[in-house]
Amino acid sequence: MSSTVLITIICLSLLALFSAVILYFIAQKFKVFEDPRIDEVQAALPAANCGGCGFAGCRNFAEALVKADTFEGLNCPVGGAPVMADVARILGKTAPVVEPTVAVLLCNGTPEFRPRTSQYNGVSDCRISNSLYIGETDCSYGCLGNGDCERSCKFDALHMDPVTGLPVIIDEKCVSCGACVKACPRNLIELRKKAKKDRKIYVACSNCDKGGPARRACKVACIACSKCFKVCEFGAITIENNLAYIDANKCTFCRKCAIECPTNAIIELNFPPRKPKVEVQTEVTNVK
Amino acid sequence: MLKTFPLGGVHPPENKLTADIPIEYLSVPESVIIPVSQHIGSPANPVVNKGDAVRTGQLIAAGKGFISANIHSPVSGKVNKIDFASDSTGYKQTAIFIDVEGDEWLDTIDRSKEIIRDIKLSPEEIVKKCFESGIVGLGGATFPSHVKLTVQSGKKCEVLIINGVECEPYLTADHRLMLEKGEEILTGATILMKALNVDRAMIGIENNKPDAIAHITKLATSFKGISVYPLKVKYPQGAEKQLIKALTGREVPSGRLPLDVGAVVHNVGTAFAVYEAVQKNKPLFERVVTVTGKSLSKPGNYMVRTGTSLARLIEAAGGLPDDTGKIINGGPMMGKALNNTDVPVVKGMSGVVIFPAGESLRDEIKPCIRCAKCVSACPLNLEPFLLMTLSEKGLFERAEKERITDCMECGSCSFTCPASRPLLDYIRLGKSSVIKMARARNLK
Repeated sequence: MSSTVLITIICLSLLALFSAVILYFIAQKFKVFEDPRIDEVQAALPAANCGGCGFAGCRNFAEALVKADTFEGLNCPVGGAPVMADVARILGKTAPVVEPTVAVLLCNGTPEFRPRTSQYNGVSDCRISNSLYIGETDCSYGCLGNGDCERSCKFDALHMDPVTGLPVIIDEKCVSCGACVKACPRNLIELRKKAKKDRKIYVACSNCDKGGPARRACKVACIACSKCFKVCEFGAITIENNLAYIDANKCTFCRKCAIECPTNAIIELNFPPRKPKVEVQTEVTNVK
Repeated sequence: MLKTFPLGGVHPPENKLTADIPIEYLSVPESVIIPVSQHIGSPANPVVNKGDAVRTGQLIAAGKGFISANIHSPVSGKVNKIDFASDSTGYKQTAIFIDVEGDEWLDTIDRSKEIIRDIKLSPEEIVKKCFESGIVGLGGATFPSHVKLTVQSGKKCEVLIINGVECEPYLTADHRLMLEKGEEILTGATILMKALNVDRAMIGIENNKPDAIAHITKLATSFKGISVYPLKVKYPQGAEKQLIKALTGREVPSGRLPLDVGAVVHNVGTAFAVYEAVQKNKPLFERVVTVTGKSLSKPGNYMVRTGTSLARLIEAAGGLPDDTGKIINGGPMMGKALNNTDVPVVKGMSGVVIFPAGESLRDEIKPCIRCAKCVSACPLNLEPFLLMTLSEKGLFERAEKERITDCMECGSCSFTCPASRPLLDYIRLGKSSVIKMARARNLK
């Protein structure tokens, strides 16, 4: 009985030893050298695998970073400057300063401003409703409201508002990976430069129709009246295809355009309330 | 045993409410909107300017390139403007707006009722005439007819097939046309035979139109080489490849054209338009449209000038019922819902079906139960459940390998699905993405 156990142990041990030797030589023969820095860089990355950098995942991005001579065009939008500085330290390079951005919705067509003219009964998928027809309203450029962007967001930063039917972006959670930009079939989401205190001023409209039809479809549509273009002292506003656009790099947040806009298509967010213009009025009353 | 195609197919309720109602000529509207893209291929180029006076039948937009079609004025009057107008999807496209003044036809058009059976033109002249007259496939696909009549070198057409199937439920435009313009259609078929240099034509008519079969069979005895075949009722028999299979037993391979198996298919409506163009010199600017629906007070078949507002057509059919839930452009199987009635009638509009609110909504989407009914229903031997999932998940390379581009969007899968899954919706999405992907790859 004991000899059977002994023979089994010896046989299996010999087999294991033999296999180990063979495996050792095979491992030597087919050894793949991998830069150890790739693992280090990958560990420094946020492991979100969101694809915001343009690569399939964090591992691919780490490989690209290690291979690259400079960091030009390589940026992790999720980690931002601290993570890129970490990576630069590991690889002994310098990371260029990349302005952080945040997603904004270029449409403000709530049911209040943009009346529903038909009812969509098909699949709740923007790509499908976009290819089928103009949508539930008369605006062929505005948000369809079926939530492709919400489903594409991996960071829980975007939710459809059931009342307005529009997506709401939570600035604190948005890492500007660009998934929603790609998901939107009507290109309604833009990654805009982040400003101090999350201040934003932008044209929340994408309607390229002429003023009349645009206004008929939606009360807050940009009608390309060029009032904002004329009032802007910094040349930040351009008008193309019947649509105004504010260049975030030139904009100084003076907010004059927002006052001028006759349709309130220009949205200002996170600003302190405007000072009421009482001084002029008091002067007038004094004269009386 | 009646002929039919062997694979797949469904039997939707026919509801041919307007089969016994004769075609009524709708009066000329006060103004028309003519989109410059009423066909497959590049849009036509407007050749008139604002303020120009036009006469009925005058060329107003010229076809650009080979796969394109001319567009003629359906009315006489003055060009009001050339601007954007909503098409049936609601998206804007260029259109010519004309204010109607009287109804003065071009002198070259023969307006007599007399039927001319002698064909004077040569085959080349017939093809040229079809292009000049803006003839497109009137079955619904609106493919320019002159392209189908041009046989490339190396290929030979052996048989002409005239499509009188009209397998879509509700629609009766072709049915009425066969009953009322039978001789013209047969002359048109003879013209097409001459253009294609074939001596044989087969007319396929589904068995639910016995009066049309009897009428055309009787007339066909005096035409050489034309024979009529009654077909078993099955949707989508009116699809080109299915009709060829049903009549000739030949199968058009995936990605190939009917001409590769020696057949060319034209609709009865197209045959009638060809007759009018070649024998009467009348370009294509009016067509038969079925306006139907159970709740409509006066459904019927109307001969309408293109560019007429759909609202006017519905008004003629008794006005929009109060309980309207959906207005469908085309038949209920392949047609698309409209979001407003201010759209012009175009060459490809074969019918308008109005559904009451109770019938118009989709059922709740339930999980797939793997019953494979969609696979049995697919006339093209595809696996709709798989194609839907692949499209939904964005796996377009795989979808391409599963031959998603073969899908002709007949909707048999969605119709038959017991879980009311949106199979065709996703397949359409996948198909367009795969076509885009393949185009981008070819450009590289």
